[in-house]
Amino acid sequence: MTQVTIKHLWKTYGEQVVLENVNLHIGDHEFVTIVGASGCGKTTFLKMLLGIEGPSKGQFLIDGEPLPDEPGPDRGIVFQRYSLFPHLRVIDNLLLGLELRGAPLTGRLFGARRRRARARADELLEAVGLQAAADKYPRQLSGGMQQRLSIAQSVICEPKILLLDEPFGALDPGITADMHTLILKLWNMNKMTIFMVTHDLQESFQLGTRLLVFDKVRIDPQAPERFGATITYDIPLRGHRETPPAPTGTLPVADAPQPSAA
Amino acid sequence: MLLSALPFILLIIAYLYYSQARLAENPGDKLLPAPATIAATVHRYAFEEDERTGDYLLWDDTVASLERLGIALGVSATLGLSLGLAIGILPYVRATLAPFVAALSLIPPLAILPILFIVVGLGELAKITLIIIGVTPIIVRDLALRTAELPGEQIIKAQTLGASTWQIVLRVVLPQLWPRLIDALRLSLGAAWLFLIAAEAIASTEGLGYRIFLVRRYLAMDVILPYVAWITLLAFGMDWLLRITRAKAFSWASPGA
Repeated sequence: MTQVTIKHLWKTYGEQVVLENVNLHIGDHEFVTIVGASGCGKTTFLKMLLGIEGPSKGQFLIDGEPLPDEPGPDRGIVFQRYSLFPHLRVIDNLLLGLELRGAPLTGRLFGARRRRARARADELLEAVGLQAAADKYPRQLSGGMQQRLSIAQSVICEPKILLLDEPFGALDPGITADMHTLILKLWNMNKMTIFMVTHDLQESFQLGTRLLVFDKVRIDPQAPERFGATITYDIPLRGHRETPPAPTGTLPVADAPQPSAA
Repeated sequence: MLLSALPFILLIIAYLYYSQARLAENPGDKLLPAPATIAATVHRYAFEEDERTGDYLLWDDTVASLERLGIALGVSATLGLSLGLAIGILPYVRATLAPFVAALSLIPPLAILPILFIVVGLGELAKITLIIIGVTPIIVRDLALRTAELPGEQIIKAQTLGASTWQIVLRVVLPQLWPRLIDALRLSLGAAWLFLIAAEAIASTEGLGYRIFLVRRYLAMDVILPYVAWITLLAFGMDWLLRITRAKAFSWASPGA
């Protein structure tokens, strides 16, 4: 059970007010989509959830505890780019999370523990339709495949919260539909809370159970930095919570290297 | 392939022409020795024992020089990798050491060669230290830059996968620095040879650079020219070896694979 509670949250950089007086409560297993114009603090909000920025004023609580001040395994992240490790094969990218947690000193698993981790990774690899590419390097994958791997890489750590920073912004529209199916499936499988920043309004309505709009309520033309953005709309949506997970096996993916027999 | 061989062939033809022309005028000319003279000298240096010492001079010189170069490059690579990584990833180390390394790298190493001779004597240590001093700061700075260039997203992602700082170094940063280290070594090979030959020229009893500067007194171009060619070949071979190692061992980092 994950509860995110935000009370009277302010974020300022010197004179510049980015977020003002944000209040929010997010219950367990929500799919929160976040939209808003550029420079309206969406990314700042995500960075605070991630732990790389702290609040200037107010409270930011996960399950009643203040956010730790650095990223940790309870909050996964998928960036638009650069979140894969180019020197690791697909399967090793996926194994990394399990290896880091299982072996604090060497960061590598061996023997039976590695085989167990490998079985778990293979399972997830199949769920995201990348088993045929297990031994490739990230740069040999298409953009859509890279993002699927990046999502799987975070999900394998079973985070309480998954943060998505415009994860599909750089993908072709055709591939985006597959990605939506995938992310909903993983969300239902792992019962995590998802926060997703997006520019695509349709996407935000389609995926979310909760839609947040960040905007500035007050604007001073002489001093635009004096007022920050806040949540102007908080719309509950039906979402896809009831959707049963798709049967395991291959997903209909348009950009797989070869159609795999499953 | 054929096109790239053309300049070499032209150079050889020009040499043969001028060598023959000078020798026709003065059979005792030593500046551009005939190919036969060079071949005889190479044979004497490489395959016949030296009358005085009983050594095979070319091989002894080669082993001595490569040993110095190898030790020096090994130490430089180790220092460069560890310091570069620390400067690139740890803000405190960067604040402390980066300006110092930048200043060090601006000292002309040959200018402190006398200091080395005074402090550590004329032995092997002085020559090896000269190469290390000349090459290490460049490798440190290069690797520090490469480390800092890694996308911040990668580090954050690793943290969200539960990585500690130590694990980030071990599994994320270090593996990505190996190919960069090879690149840095390849680029510093030229400087390393320069310092090696300079040190050998000044104080040594064996080595490729020593030999060249020794026989210079007798205008022995028939020794100098093949030695220069041999050094070039060795340098090329080392570069080639590093390049192949990089391509084979770090295929993820080579373009187009």
